[in-house]
Amino acid sequence: MARVVVDVMPKQEILDPQGQAVAGALPRLGFEGVSEVRQGKHFELEVADSVDDETLAKIAETMLANPVIEDWTVRRVDS
Amino acid sequence: MSAPATENSRTPAADGARIGVITFPGSLDDVDAQRAVRRVGAEAVALWHGDHDLHGVDAVIVPGGFSYGDYLRCGAIAKFSPVMTELVEAAGKGLPVLGICNGFQVLCEAGLLPGALTRNAGLHFVCRDQWLQVENTTSLWTTRYEPGAELLIPVKHGEGSYMADRATLDELEGEGRVLLRYVDGNPNGSARDIAGITDARGRVAGLMPHPEHAIDPLTGPTDDGLGMFLSALDALVAA
Repeated sequence: MARVVVDVMPKQEILDPQGQAVAGALPRLGFEGVSEVRQGKHFELEVADSVDDETLAKIAETMLANPVIEDWTVRRVDS
Repeated sequence: MSAPATENSRTPAADGARIGVITFPGSLDDVDAQRAVRRVGAEAVALWHGDHDLHGVDAVIVPGGFSYGDYLRCGAIAKFSPVMTELVEAAGKGLPVLGICNGFQVLCEAGLLPGALTRNAGLHFVCRDQWLQVENTTSLWTTRYEPGAELLIPVKHGEGSYMADRATLDELEGEGRVLLRYVDGNPNGSARDIAGITDARGRVAGLMPHPEHAIDPLTGPTDDGLGMFLSALDALVAA
């Protein structure tokens, strides 16, 4: 088994109102110096060793992310 | 718009038209969509998300709601349901399809329409009667409207901001595929005030506002939504 991490982020040109709301709230809580926040999703998958990178990419592209509005990365991590 | 038929005065010609309405776990507006179908004199056929065939319907409405709890992304799980596999294939062969609100999100996720619906710019869930301007009166779902007509139809969504890359938006505009635009205020920050679009053939359409909630002044702000169902019926009866 391997642990696979898929990170999904809104594309840079897509408005991210949730990230903006977080960025806007930080100064009100006394945290200064954060100029931008973008909010995405983080998936952790427990995957059999037989699952190849191509399949993982397909999972990310067809299911976990919507490539119209989101970018994604897949990486295997030590579990 | 012409006078709508009532449920008690069906035109004989309409009796043959059968329009399916899909129900996913979490669909909410399937019943109102079925009612709108019956109101214009067609037969409403309930389609279940697990169905492996479309029961021979002449058109399909993908209704609003929160299919599969909006988990992952709105419409992201629904696109893998058995009935959607059938629908994508049938739409490719020309079956008329209308996606309303969550249904619009599902059609975009399934690749039947370009672009995507994202979180409202103001982050708030917006529920209000919304003015729209009709841009396209040649799609199968909008022939009953006059060009430039203004409609008052409810919107109710948290993720209705239509987004696509600039090339796609330019293509939609250039080909006259923007069905409706928000006027008197954009409720969600959608690109170019887009409220609804159609595919290149004018047969698959999606919109965030709810025409099925505006078919009777007793229960909605207007009956402006009836025109979409009557438009489809015209095409089905003529076919």
